[in-house]
Amino acid sequence: MPALLEVKDLKVSVADREILHGLTLSVNAGEVHAIMGPNGSGKSTLSHVIAGKPGYEVTGGEILFKGEDLLAMAPDERAAKGVFLAFQYPVEIPGVATMTFLRTALNAQRKSRGEAELSTPDFLKRVREVAGSLGIPQDMLKRGVNVGFSGGEKKRNEVLQMALFQPSLCILDEMDSGLDIDALRVASEGVNALRSPDRAMVVITHYQRLLDYIVPDCVHVMSKGKVVRSGGKELALELEANGYAQYQEAAA
Amino acid sequence: MNVALAKIDKPEIAGEAFAAVRARVQEPVKIAAARTLAYDAFQRVGLPHRRIEDWKYTDLRALMKVVAPLAPAPDAATLTRAEAAAKLHAIDGVRRIVLVDGVLAPSLSDLSALEQGVSIRSLRDALAGGDESLLSLDTANPMVALNTALMTDGVVIEVAAGAAIARPLHILHIAASAAATSATRTAVTLGEGASATLVESYVAAEGATGYQVNDAAIVSVGDSARLEHVRIVEDARDAFNVSSAAVSVGTHAKYNVFGIATGGLVSRFQAVVTIAGQHAEVITNGVNLLNGNQHADTTLTMNHDVPGCVSREGFRAVVDDRGHSVFQGRINVRQPAQQTDAKMMTRALLLSDDAEVDNKPELEIFADDVTCGHGAAIGALDEQLLFYLRARGLPEKQAEAMLIQAFVGEAIEAIADDNLRELVSGAAARWLEARS
Ligand SMILES: Nc1ncnc2c1ncn2[C@@H]1O[C@H](COP(=O)(O)OP(=O)(O)O)[C@@H](O)[C@H]1O
Ligand SMILES: [Mg+2]
Repeated sequence: MPALLEVKDLKVSVADREILHGLTLSVNAGEVHAIMGPNGSGKSTLSHVIAGKPGYEVTGGEILFKGEDLLAMAPDERAAKGVFLAFQYPVEIPGVATMTFLRTALNAQRKSRGEAELSTPDFLKRVREVAGSLGIPQDMLKRGVNVGFSGGEKKRNEVLQMALFQPSLCILDEMDSGLDIDALRVASEGVNALRSPDRAMVVITHYQRLLDYIVPDCVHVMSKGKVVRSGGKELALELEANGYAQYQEAAA
Repeated sequence: MNVALAKIDKPEIAGEAFAAVRARVQEPVKIAAARTLAYDAFQRVGLPHRRIEDWKYTDLRALMKVVAPLAPAPDAATLTRAEAAAKLHAIDGVRRIVLVDGVLAPSLSDLSALEQGVSIRSLRDALAGGDESLLSLDTANPMVALNTALMTDGVVIEVAAGAAIARPLHILHIAASAAATSATRTAVTLGEGASATLVESYVAAEGATGYQVNDAAIVSVGDSARLEHVRIVEDARDAFNVSSAAVSVGTHAKYNVFGIATGGLVSRFQAVVTIAGQHAEVITNGVNLLNGNQHADTTLTMNHDVPGCVSREGFRAVVDDRGHSVFQGRINVRQPAQQTDAKMMTRALLLSDDAEVDNKPELEIFADDVTCGHGAAIGALDEQLLFYLRARGLPEKQAEAMLIQAFVGEAIEAIADDNLRELVSGAAARWLEARS
C-alpha cells in the first residue's frame, strides 16, 4: 500500500527566495509523525504548501496524497479529500457565526465527495458531542469564527473542526503555542482521540513538551528547508537535551 | 446673440411628460402654478451633469440622456401584471400600499381597518384638495424640481400623536411599463410620541425595462416620535431610480433609516435630514451591492441645527465587474448645535479591478464643542480569510459569498425589526446567488 502522504524532493520559493530545498517525507496511515526544528526552518511553509495556500511557488518535486497529485488540486478539493491543517495562527472572521461556518464547511466537503448534506438536527447533535468533549461552551459556537477567542480557544476550535470533519491527514502547526498546560492537555486529548489506523498526523512543534502529550511514532528534524534527520520518539528527547545547533550547522 | 431665440431653440427635455401630467390631473391654481415653476426650474438646468458639483460622480445627462415619456395610467392588463409582481415581492406582516407606474392601486393595497390614529390618503386627492404642504421640497435640486412637475400620485400618511403602529407600512413601487417615467411623492408625518415603521421598495413587473423612477418623500418625525425606515431598491437591471427625501426630526425623536440597492442600472438616494429638536438621534445606514454596469449613489446632508443631538452614518458597498458606488455625505453643524455627536463611516469591498468607489465626506462645523468624525476604508476580500475558508472545504465563490455576506451583515444589524432585517438579508442573498 502506498504511503498516505508522500513528499518527494520538494522545492518551494516565496518571492523568488527558495525556502524548501528538496524536502522528502513519507507518512503512512495510522502513524503520527513529529516535525521539529528551529523557527524559520520552513515548517509552516511545508504545512501551507500541503494545504494549498496561494503565494508559494513549487519549483521542484511533488506531493502525493493517497497516490494522487495533491499540488494539482484546489485547496477546497484537498480539504474534501481529507487534508486538514490546524493553523498556527487561526484567523478571526467577524460576521460569520462559528456554527454557520462549521455547517457550511462540512456540507461543502460532503457535497464535493458526492455525499448528502447533513440534516440540521444531525449536524447539531454532532457538533454538541464534539464541543462537549473538548470543553467548548455552546455560546462560543454562536460567536463569530475565532472573534474574541483566547489563544487556547482558537486552538480548541481547530481541534473541534478536525474532529467534525474527520480528515485522513491532520497537520498540526505549533498547536502548543500560546497554550497553558491545562489547555494543552485538553487539546491533546482531543487529538489523541482521533488517532486511528486509517488516519495520519503530522505534528509540527519546536518544543518537545507537546510530544509528552501526543506521542509520535517518528520524529523528523527540519533545518533550513530540509529534513536533516529522522528517528523514533527518543530523538525528541535528544533534541531537548542538545538543542538544534548541530543540525543548523549540518544543513548550512 | 438673440437670447429669446436661444431659449426657444433649447429642446424641452421633459415637455411631453409634463404635458401628459397636466392633461391628467385636476388641481387648484396654486398647485398647478407650483408645478409650472418647478418645470421651468428643471428646464433651466435639464438633467444634472458632472459639472454640477453635487452630480460630479452621477452624471445623469450622460447616464440617462432623456426623460422618458410619462407612463400611462395603468389599465386592467397592467394591473394584472403588477399583481403578479406584488405577490412575488410580498412581505409578511405589513400593511401594503401599492403604486403602479406612479398611480396608487387600491385594488392591490390593504387600506382597510386602519389602526386608530393612522390616516392614509392618495397624494393625488391631497393635491386636488389643495394641500400645499406637499410642495415643501426644495426645487433647487433639478431632480426634485422634475418630481414636483411630474408627480402623478403617491401616499400621504399621518400618524396621530401617541399612536404606536406596530404593523409596518410598506409602500411598494411597481414599474409595469417599459421606457416610461413614473413620478411619485410620499409624505409621512408622525405626531408627538408616535411610532411607526415605513418600508419602501422598488420593483419591476414582467416586461418593465428601461424605465425611470422619480420618487420623493417628505418625512416629519415629531417630538419624541420614532420612525424606522427601510428602503429596498430592486429595480430592473436596466432601470433608473432617483429618490429624494427631506426629513425633519423633532426633540427627543429617533429616526433610523436603512437603504439597500441591489437593482437598477443607475440609482440615487439623495436625502436632507434636518435635526431640528434637541436630543434627537438619527441613524442612517446602507449597502450598495453592484455588478455589471450598475451605478448607485447615496448623497446625504445631515443638518445639526440644535444642541445635543447624535447622528450616525454607516455606508457599505460591495462592487464587482464595472460597478460604481458613490457616497457623498455632508454634515453641517450650525453654531447653536453644541454637543453635537456626528459620525460618518464608509466601507467598500472591491471585487474586481474595474470596480469603482467614490467617497466624498464634507464636514462644515460652526459650533466649537462637538464630536465629529468620518472615516473610509476600501479594500479587497482578505486573502487570509479566503484561504482559511477554502482550506476548510468552501469552493472559491462560496468562500467569497460568505465573507461578503458577513461584510453586509454587519451593516444590516442596524435594522431593529427582525423581519425587516431578514428581508434585507434576503435581498443581499439574492444578489449573491445571482453572482455565483
Ligand atoms: N510569505 C513569506 N514571504 C517571505 N518570506 C517568508 C514567507 N513565509 C515564510 N518566509 C520565510 O521562510 C522561512 C521559513 O518560514 P516558516 O515556514 O514560517 O518557518 P517555521 O514555521 O519553521 O518557523 C523564514 O525565513 C521566513 O522568513
Ligand atoms: Mg511556523
